[in-house]
Amino acid sequence: MSDVSTSADAGSAAVDSVAEPAAASQFAGAPILEVKDLAVSFGGIKAVNGLTFSVHEGEIVSVIGPNGAGKTSAFNCISGFYRPNQGSVVFDGSPITRNKPSRITQLGMARTFQNVRLFKEMTVLENVKTGMHTRLKQNVFDAMLHTPRYRRSEAQCTEDARGWLDFVGFRADDELLVTQLPYGEQRRVEIARALATQPKLLLLDEPAAGLNHNEKQELIELIRKIRNLGVGIVLIEHDMGLVMEISERIVVLNYGKEIADGTPEQIKNDPAVIAAYLGEDDDE
Amino acid sequence: MAKSTFNLPAPAPTITRPPAVSGLLAPTRFMRLVALVLFIAAAVLPFISASPYLISILTSAMIYIVLAMGLNVVVGYAGLLDLGFIAFMAVGAYTSGILTTQFGWSMFESIPVVVLACIAAGLIIGGPTLRLRSDYLAIVTLGFGEIIRITAKNLQITGGATGIHGIPTWSFFGWSFKDGLELGGITFNSKILLYYFVLFVGIGLAVVAVSRLGKGKLGRAWKSVRDDEDVSEAMGINGYKTKLMAYIIGAIWGGFAGTLMAAHLSAISPNSFEFLYSALVLMAVVLGGMGSTPGVIIGALFVSLAPEFLRDFSEWRYLLFGVLLVVVMIFRPKGIWPATAVLPFLKKRNIEEVPPTEAVTVVGELDDEFGDELDGKRNANEEGTR
Repeated sequence: MSDVSTSADAGSAAVDSVAEPAAASQFAGAPILEVKDLAVSFGGIKAVNGLTFSVHEGEIVSVIGPNGAGKTSAFNCISGFYRPNQGSVVFDGSPITRNKPSRITQLGMARTFQNVRLFKEMTVLENVKTGMHTRLKQNVFDAMLHTPRYRRSEAQCTEDARGWLDFVGFRADDELLVTQLPYGEQRRVEIARALATQPKLLLLDEPAAGLNHNEKQELIELIRKIRNLGVGIVLIEHDMGLVMEISERIVVLNYGKEIADGTPEQIKNDPAVIAAYLGEDDDE
Repeated sequence: MAKSTFNLPAPAPTITRPPAVSGLLAPTRFMRLVALVLFIAAAVLPFISASPYLISILTSAMIYIVLAMGLNVVVGYAGLLDLGFIAFMAVGAYTSGILTTQFGWSMFESIPVVVLACIAAGLIIGGPTLRLRSDYLAIVTLGFGEIIRITAKNLQITGGATGIHGIPTWSFFGWSFKDGLELGGITFNSKILLYYFVLFVGIGLAVVAVSRLGKGKLGRAWKSVRDDEDVSEAMGINGYKTKLMAYIIGAIWGGFAGTLMAAHLSAISPNSFEFLYSALVLMAVVLGGMGSTPGVIIGALFVSLAPEFLRDFSEWRYLLFGVLLVVVMIFRPKGIWPATAVLPFLKKRNIEEVPPTEAVTVVGELDDEFGDELDGKRNANEEGTR
């Protein structure tokens, strides 16, 4: 039977240059995200059915599974876009099950979307500034009268937004409309916008989809860079090479159920995972 | 469980970007200059020709600008289709009309009450309905517009179908525009004083304040809700509160336009607030360019002045008006002056043209012209940092 990670080796050499993080076993403290027994169903279909996992500060966890396994549904439940039918989500010590997405973001969880979803009629800079919304100290009158407080907060906001754009490696003109950018750059802007909310935990929904080989390598470097800031990362991804290379832990879903949870090495050799991806062995 | 004290500071910018264009050709400065020139022209105009007809239609046109800028917050910035916006104007006009004619208040004193009434109206209509998605919202606002009009038609205090007559013009602390003003040998009559009042206060509040609001924190929140409500929630923006804010601010501007209109016409009746007028204001915003300050001004001027210029065609004028609109929408579907448009001879950044470097381009990697353009800029940036 073949290995799950057939495409894993491609280009791993290029990433070795990235500084390795501190010891991998630094996650002794309390988890930042705890998902317990989460379930959501649409009509009769149980999209997520009893999912339990946790993420620590500064840890990279991947959620993988065949198409339709419930990965994105689980993400939507965690970030408040779907209301789970059962189970609980605890983020940073506060229960957030069934909270509004905006509330969850304010508590420090940010996410990106499966298909890049930027604000299309806004410039790159404005998109990133939107992420800072809740932290800006200015009111309606400040904006109408252009008070010193308004000028200060806008100047700080612009500088911070530029800082995040530079951090994710965006080098094009930030006054462009986002629709004028190539796809790869749009992905970067989306990550910069999520980071601008200053999250403790970042959920990335298929960040490598549609990227070419070089862009994927840059993405891997970027994700490590974000983790090194101390941000926890949960990643949904189909690219096994990327997942195996970057994850500290992998959670495997199938039919809305968790079928495995472990290090990349354990997952590669887990019979249940292999069965889910390649099908059960028939009696030979 | 203890909350994590983790805090993520924004990194400092590391890339030197091309400098913004300075001088007169910077887009914001150039547009400000154009606005100033137009403003001065409008201020000088009564000295050139002060025919009552001209002053009257220009005052109406400017009140339309105030109204359209109010609707621009709701439709242009926040993307909420509002088919009953004229109702807010009715609330403003009737509130100040009743207070001045029946309680002997001055226009100036009635303003705080008008603002409160408009906030209340915005909350009443927006509170329960802003959880709906746009199609339903449009229907509810359409109904709201009619409810206000029919209520005004049937109440005693609003004067029934005949409305309110004899509304005084603006006055401050006992001095009314009616008294006229003599400055350096020139006498300004009440119509011209109202013209200047609308020009300085109305346009100042509507154009300057609304376009500034669109650029700040709240403006970005509105635009993000308009572009993608789910994603804006994921940015920590409470969509419901943001939309309600747009409604309230739009209502205040609409109500203010209403008091100006009441003072200008000195009589209001339910017929002034028919659905047609809601549609006309909406048309001003959509035709001009949603969310675009110059666009909305052009749209409002067009909608209010075109019927005057088409007067020779008598009954045919609304037909012509309609045809003109269809033609504009075919050729400029995003409006005459879209929000993202910059005049072609203005640019935001000094981006130097960099000659293409040899042996860098990989065949087939950059297949569209945009990629090329970006690559050029990238090279320029890298040169700058070295």
